[in-house]
Amino acid sequence: MATTAPASAPEALIATDIEAYLDAHAAKSFLRFITCGSVDDGKSSLIGRLLYESQMLFEDQLATLEADSKKVGTRGGEIDFALLLDGLQAEREQGITIDVAYRFFSTERRKFIVADTPGHEQYTRNMVTGASTADLAVILIDARKGVLVQTRRHSYLVSLLGIRHIVVAVNKMDLVEYSRETFERIEAEYRAFARNIGLDDIVCIPLSAVVGDNVVERSEHTPWYTGPTLMEHLDTVEVTDEAQAKPFRMPVQWVNRPNLDFRGFSGTVSEGVVRTGDRVRILPSGRESRVARIVTYNGDLEAAVAEQSVTLTLTDEVDVSRGDIIVTAAALPEVADQFEATVVWMSEEPMLRGRNYLMKIGTRTVTATIAPIKHKVNVNTMEHLAANRLDLNEIGMCELELDRPIVFEPYETNRDLGGFVLIDRMTNNTVGAGLLRFALRRSQNVHWQALDINKQAQAALKGQRPAVIWLTGLSGSGKSTIANLLQKRLHSLGRHTYLLDGDNIRHGLNKDLGFTAEARVENIRRIAEVAKLMVDAGLVVITAFISPYRSERRMARDLLEAGEFIEVFVDTPLAVAEARDPKGLYAKARAGEIANFTGIDAPYETPEAAELVIDTTVVSAEEAAEAILVHLRDGGFLAG
Amino acid sequence: MAVRTLTHLQRLEAESIHIMREVVAEAEHPVMLYSIGKDSSVMLRLAQKAFFPSTPPFPLLHVDTTWKFREMYVLREKMAAELGMDLLVHKNPDAIAQGINPFDHGSAVHTDIWKTQGLIQALDHYKFDAAFGGARRDEEKSRAKERIFSFRTAQHRWDPKNQRPELWRLYNARKHEGESIRVFPISNWTELDIWQYIYLENIPIVPLYFAAERPVVDRDGQWIMVDDDRMRSRLGPGETVRTKKVRFRTLGCYPLSAAIESEADTLPKIIQEMLLARTSERQGRLIDFDSSGSMEKKKQEGYF
Repeated sequence: MATTAPASAPEALIATDIEAYLDAHAAKSFLRFITCGSVDDGKSSLIGRLLYESQMLFEDQLATLEADSKKVGTRGGEIDFALLLDGLQAEREQGITIDVAYRFFSTERRKFIVADTPGHEQYTRNMVTGASTADLAVILIDARKGVLVQTRRHSYLVSLLGIRHIVVAVNKMDLVEYSRETFERIEAEYRAFARNIGLDDIVCIPLSAVVGDNVVERSEHTPWYTGPTLMEHLDTVEVTDEAQAKPFRMPVQWVNRPNLDFRGFSGTVSEGVVRTGDRVRILPSGRESRVARIVTYNGDLEAAVAEQSVTLTLTDEVDVSRGDIIVTAAALPEVADQFEATVVWMSEEPMLRGRNYLMKIGTRTVTATIAPIKHKVNVNTMEHLAANRLDLNEIGMCELELDRPIVFEPYETNRDLGGFVLIDRMTNNTVGAGLLRFALRRSQNVHWQALDINKQAQAALKGQRPAVIWLTGLSGSGKSTIANLLQKRLHSLGRHTYLLDGDNIRHGLNKDLGFTAEARVENIRRIAEVAKLMVDAGLVVITAFISPYRSERRMARDLLEAGEFIEVFVDTPLAVAEARDPKGLYAKARAGEIANFTGIDAPYETPEAAELVIDTTVVSAEEAAEAILVHLRDGGFLAG
Repeated sequence: MAVRTLTHLQRLEAESIHIMREVVAEAEHPVMLYSIGKDSSVMLRLAQKAFFPSTPPFPLLHVDTTWKFREMYVLREKMAAELGMDLLVHKNPDAIAQGINPFDHGSAVHTDIWKTQGLIQALDHYKFDAAFGGARRDEEKSRAKERIFSFRTAQHRWDPKNQRPELWRLYNARKHEGESIRVFPISNWTELDIWQYIYLENIPIVPLYFAAERPVVDRDGQWIMVDDDRMRSRLGPGETVRTKKVRFRTLGCYPLSAAIESEADTLPKIIQEMLLARTSERQGRLIDFDSSGSMEKKKQEGYF
């Protein structure tokens, strides 16, 4: 087998006619694929081999590779291609790949980008990331082991992300004496399983990445195999661009206004083709216009196709902004605010029912609340299991409620209008990814009622500025006492107030809720929504709830207008609150009679940016109420 | 309906443009790091394309070590003037005060103080929350795993174990006060793609990339160009300045960028030479050889 880079046709062309070579290179097409395999399936060796054989390695890289192979290689000084790929030092030490890496190589016909993703269970997140941009997946199977649980998991994830083209690389054929029977048994087993999950474009190839059989060159060891080598297949597989046959859609990224005479809308065409003169509609506003120009730096275009980044101008003065979507007027996508979606959870912090997250879809960011989780999926067996939360690397079918309607298409139809990420409001991390499946019918019938008597009118009549004073702190910290005193003071100042208190709310509105993390999230969500309605009615609302999670306090804050939410942290150390124990609850919790008690066996997340912090070990309840009044006065809430 | 398949360069171009627009739409105060090399030159052209007919709505920042080739400074001024973009030049005042240079302090100290610390100072000073850089994933192993939107703490550190998942073409640009994002719009381009694009688009590059007769000395087996008197006055015993036909595959500080002997004085010849020679481009850049995994360490500390 090849131990030096083979001379080949392009090399000759480079030497004799570089311009012809460049012309050919310029016309190459593009294929992105992902490789999936378990630890020791030989995935890194396979990609290393592809890079090596397509001559993407430079002399100094080869020299480093040879030196590293002797030093840390696992092949007794022979070239260990896997070392090419293990980029980060930490990984080299552990001897495993821990993150998605992208590799590049090209042939005479195509340029390839390979997403190299690790195969262990805990890294579902990386595989989904790598698969999201791939057109094809190479699934590795160790010929000695056959179809494993991991194989099923990888295949399921690949089908979930909508990859249609599958190559099953039955690797390590050299270790099973190139047995045709073994290969055919694995192929039959895989095909039977793949049919069940909707994969049908499958090519199985017997190969050995380490030896080089059927990777680039046809192997003399498998005369019974008549199909393509891996490279031949990658080079020629038709990944037909269905995107251009679909109706035109372009999410607007940026409004381009260099001067008063030019107003263009920049974006990447998601699907379809757009031509000058086409009738288009702007969503969600619904305004119609025609495409005047398709502007690019290299001159105006007559037409633009999917994947192109362009700037459109329209024949009419219509209001368009980032987040809007320009679509062909001939075929409109749906608009909805409640969905069923598949969610892949990617964070150590679990996804909880009732919690809300920022959702970025296309060029829009909205708020999504997790409504019931219908089931989660065991990715090894495809079994559906009941769930009210998703942990790291779990996949579930959920209902989502958004704070406003969005333009969408099911993920199967359009990845840009159906694929989304969920972002944690506190950490700003990307914590989940999801695929919109369909809109729930009920959302299409609910339209927000525009009220004539609005918040300003309500507040003006009462001569006050509405607000929510949100007290948070441990049980026994003194929230209720302070809230009562504050309400009395405000009342005496002629203010219209309402006090929402932990105990009285739980006897009515929230009596169906317990104290699990999920129930606490829902408890606070309802309270926040009620507080918002009361603010709309012009009231000054005081709430006194433990509200232990930052995320829900943040959600309550975001429901209101800027400045309306005043977070007051009633800061009492656990030991002090426990010593006070006005309701005897700590004693019961310590005795194990109450489960999920904040501070004992459930967490309290201290506010990081409360408007006011009250240390109850140094001020009395009266002083605390006074301090809040001062804050309100300074903030202009008591003027007028 | 006639299907028009985009070539790989058209796809790469569109992807880069998409990324730049996302940053401008979501970041408050973006900047483009301009190093005057070939990758920067491509990135700058892509920025022109992304916002055309507007001028790219951010300034260019050059973290200057004062040791760049003279021809690089010439191109820098020319490009900023032609494009009508603001050009910010930052020179680390500590490095000036201490007279940090590659001869007396070695490449590691020189690079750290002028470039890494200089960059951090400039980002802090101007309060940029997103900075475009021209790094590519094919350059170096630790780059292959870096995200396109690469998050930095308020201390400018990169945590390779804690990167945000990046799916489809959705980029999460949210961050806390003080934190920032390094954005690499040409992550998926290879060296060949860059050269091909420069050729197709006729993008201006520093003439040092083309072979010409230049004064050089042989230092530890590498050709180092004598670009000004600071080098001339530091020649070692036995080092004689010779005129050789050379060119550069990568440009940085001139005492740290080795030239190669070459006859390639046109773009096709450069590409031809690159494809046939097969020595990867970072080899001419002396900083990567300091220690194994050195780029990864530098990046964690804030180097681009």
